[in-house]
Amino acid sequence: MSGFPILTLLTVLPLIGAAIALGAGKHARGVALITTLASLALALAIWTQLPVNGSIGLVERAAWAPSLGIEYHLGVDGLGALMLVLSAIVTLMSVDAAHRVHHQPGLYFGLVLVLESGLFGSFTALNFFHWFLFWELSLIPAFFLIKLWGGARRGPAATQFFVYTMAGSAALLVAFLAVFVSTGSMDFPHLTLLAYTGELEQSVTSHFGPITLWLAIGVLAGFAVKVPMAPFHTWLPAAYAEAPSPVTMLLTGAMSKMGVYGLLRIAIPLFGHQIAQIRTPLLVLAVVTVVMGVWAAAAQTDLKRIFAYSSVNHLGYCLLGIFAIAVPIAATNAAAQTSQAAALNGVILQMFNHGVTAAALFWFVAILQQRTGGHRGINDFGGLRKPAPVLAGLMGIALFSSLGLPGLNGFVGEFLIFRGVFPLAWVAATISILGLLVTATVILTVIQKIFWGPVPEHCANFPDLHEGERLALAPVIGLMILVGLLPQLIVDSVNPTVVNLLAHWRF
Amino acid sequence: MLAWTIYLSFAGALVQALLPKSRAGLARWLALAVAVAGLTFAVAGFVAGMGQGRVVLADVPWVPSMGIHFLLAADGISRVLVLLTGLAAIAGVLFSWNIELRAHEFFAFYLALIGGVYGVFLSFDLFLLFVFYEIAIVPKYFLIAIWGSTQREYAAMKLAIYSFAGSAMVLIGLLAIYATAGSHSTGLIELSHAELPVSFQMWCFPLVFTGFAILAGMWPFHTWAPTGHVAAPTAASMLLAGVVMKLGAYGCLRVGIALFPRGLDPWGFSFAGLGSWRDVFAVLAVIGIVYGALVALAQTDFKFVIGYSSVSHMGFVLLGLITLNQIGVTGAVLQMFSHGILAGLLFAIVGRIVYERTHTRKLAELETMHLSKRMPFAAAAFVIAGLASMGMPGFSGFVAELQVLVGAWKVNPWWAITAGVGIVVGVAYTWRAMQKAFFSDALPSAHVLEEEHGHHFAAITWPEVTGVVMLAGVSLFVGLYPKILLDAIEPAVKALLAGGGQ
Repeated sequence: MSGFPILTLLTVLPLIGAAIALGAGKHARGVALITTLASLALALAIWTQLPVNGSIGLVERAAWAPSLGIEYHLGVDGLGALMLVLSAIVTLMSVDAAHRVHHQPGLYFGLVLVLESGLFGSFTALNFFHWFLFWELSLIPAFFLIKLWGGARRGPAATQFFVYTMAGSAALLVAFLAVFVSTGSMDFPHLTLLAYTGELEQSVTSHFGPITLWLAIGVLAGFAVKVPMAPFHTWLPAAYAEAPSPVTMLLTGAMSKMGVYGLLRIAIPLFGHQIAQIRTPLLVLAVVTVVMGVWAAAAQTDLKRIFAYSSVNHLGYCLLGIFAIAVPIAATNAAAQTSQAAALNGVILQMFNHGVTAAALFWFVAILQQRTGGHRGINDFGGLRKPAPVLAGLMGIALFSSLGLPGLNGFVGEFLIFRGVFPLAWVAATISILGLLVTATVILTVIQKIFWGPVPEHCANFPDLHEGERLALAPVIGLMILVGLLPQLIVDSVNPTVVNLLAHWRF
Repeated sequence: MLAWTIYLSFAGALVQALLPKSRAGLARWLALAVAVAGLTFAVAGFVAGMGQGRVVLADVPWVPSMGIHFLLAADGISRVLVLLTGLAAIAGVLFSWNIELRAHEFFAFYLALIGGVYGVFLSFDLFLLFVFYEIAIVPKYFLIAIWGSTQREYAAMKLAIYSFAGSAMVLIGLLAIYATAGSHSTGLIELSHAELPVSFQMWCFPLVFTGFAILAGMWPFHTWAPTGHVAAPTAASMLLAGVVMKLGAYGCLRVGIALFPRGLDPWGFSFAGLGSWRDVFAVLAVIGIVYGALVALAQTDFKFVIGYSSVSHMGFVLLGLITLNQIGVTGAVLQMFSHGILAGLLFAIVGRIVYERTHTRKLAELETMHLSKRMPFAAAAFVIAGLASMGMPGFSGFVAELQVLVGAWKVNPWWAITAGVGIVVGVAYTWRAMQKAFFSDALPSAHVLEEEHGHHFAAITWPEVTGVVMLAGVSLFVGLYPKILLDAIEPAVKALLAGGGQ
């Protein structure tokens, strides 16, 4: 459609930046900043060029290895483009936050930019091979960022992260192998069509017997690790806690969305019917993820672990929304269809909002660590609102956004999810809503312990945010307020995509 | 044009042998020049051959009374493997740059080995192929026995015995087929058209296939491979794993499968669940994949990890061949190329870049050396090579193994699933070796610290950088654009499977 390969440019740009950053030594951060700013500008340009009907636009296609079903096939709809914007924002935030990398800055920022390219590639790919390439490409820099720049127990954390994700990828690969052998195609839109007409299941069954359900489970497992969904989440707290905070921002802000995106782009379109068959156990796991995440967060004292488990909890709402809509609905049942659309809109908004908010929270942790020589326990701080009122104010907004306060971005997504899920799966919705109360307790405890009460000795001379930090954080906090007040900025573009997606899914 | 790769390599070997012993520098530059010229011919031949089928390069009667011809020809499969040989030859010279001991002799044997390998890949006469095959074995023995390390005499002898045992089986097969076919030609094409009795094919196929498969490292005849790889000097390990094992696989395809198409038919009865030679060899291949990977996981010597990984990766080649379908065999040929590049790269890093500086290959000792900080180039190179080797998409190995798995799945999903387990173990052993050798946080012992005080590793040299960049770049390029090789391999495989008619 579009003559100019803007998606390819977006994917390649960070790689070029990475190559330059590798050789730039202590100027690497500057290179990374320029690259991520340019990427953000490109991503926003892509966002404005989406087709209005919500279908996939900006398509680029070229032959690659036809005999293997491999094709260079790129394109984005509202979902993909929103993820591009989110990835660009989160990477920019991460680079912004990482101004204390003294050890091999060239390599550090090079890896961050490769990771960004991996994100862009996987959010634009429409062919399994191409997608898998970038899915794995993002894993490698993430591993080394944890392994080489992480905290005291970084070795095991990095390995655990890698092994879990690899095992998930293997499950994905095997499932896709079977799909390819059966249908001869690796093209997502084509396979979506085959799944819609039921031919996908027929071909698989005629080749291998009735194993389509198992393929669905394999694909789900791959994404469940990445999101993560209970019981595949155990790699997450260690990885998030041991990674340097700017890297944690990337992990939670952008990489976890690859899993949710995969569910929406691959798992549901191809295996919607099978997922509908096992909807109840999946809903149970989603609810477990929500509830377990928040209770685990309540039990922690390390800020990074609190926010790590809180991320599990927030992404649990996405899972809840996705699995709740996986139910066959009669074409005449307009109310249920509206619920589906609401839930899916909510899921996509929640992906964006959690990305921004969680990244911001870990940024604040990085700031707290820098000022106190590495402290990050909630009991290490107190009364900070006196010496650092601006920090307290901004971090407070981010925390309330995470809590889901109306008027901030976090509220909109969760509200839409519950609005949609309640009519479709009221038991799951009810239990999860109770989880929201615990979330409130956790967040309020964090606020109390850090900003209120007596100021401990080592925080006596706690400096407030300086000009540069205020300048860097202001747009992020501004974005939270903006999306909270004017969610239509995103919904207007996402809703056509939601309608379009639902029209192509068969449960 | 391709034929010149052979002549040039042997001429180079001859000149090397005549060089005075004091001119080590001249010897290596000469060897590099010959290798580069070989690759130039290989590339030119590859480009010229695009879109063409089999092209005859030379056809001269040799022993007319027996119908033996000096018949050189190339189809897509040959062209791809010649290209691999050219690349491996250059890389091998680059990573032998530090050889001082009898350098000209070393390069003489080396170039003779290369010439033999080119010869095998380009021979379309059964006898000629066998002659080149034997020529390639002899220099290998000397390379290991003279310039090798750990248990070199033992390893060299073991390798020679296994190789010759395999050759003997092949030779018996050759004579039998010559007698049975009753044709007055030993040309591969003519023989593939001979209507051999099925009962003959049934006993001769396994003989020839096993004979060649020994050199391809088929379980349980693989044990020469790890010891040989480890004992060999770096360049020889690179060639051994990189191209010599491919000779075996190539023989399995070009002679075994092409000449005895009915040898793979069902027996008509089944024994322990196996109903044909195809089942038998597929099971052996799959065992090789998993067993090689598991053994690699347990090694304490860095080079043995890579040695056993070759057994595992070659299992994919054999499995792909035995699927007998288009995609599986194509994958097998691509895997030959891919593994040739990657095995070369891994042996170069482990045997040359790391070992020549640390003087140990024990993972436990490397653990204390903090190599990622002290040798960042080697660490980065191994990470890339390791990722490629474990089948990371974007590198050549992924496409190749994917094709083999798809091909195997079409025949028997259990083969594919079990081989898939091998891939997972492959990730594990590569990861383990990488962590231990380069990224371990283990504290160095006092003794080591003392010894290393003020001690720096020699800087990375230009031949090392060139070699690593070349091999990694090729693997990446083929991984991202497999079409360039697949376009050559696919028609050739199609013709070969269509009845050996080419």
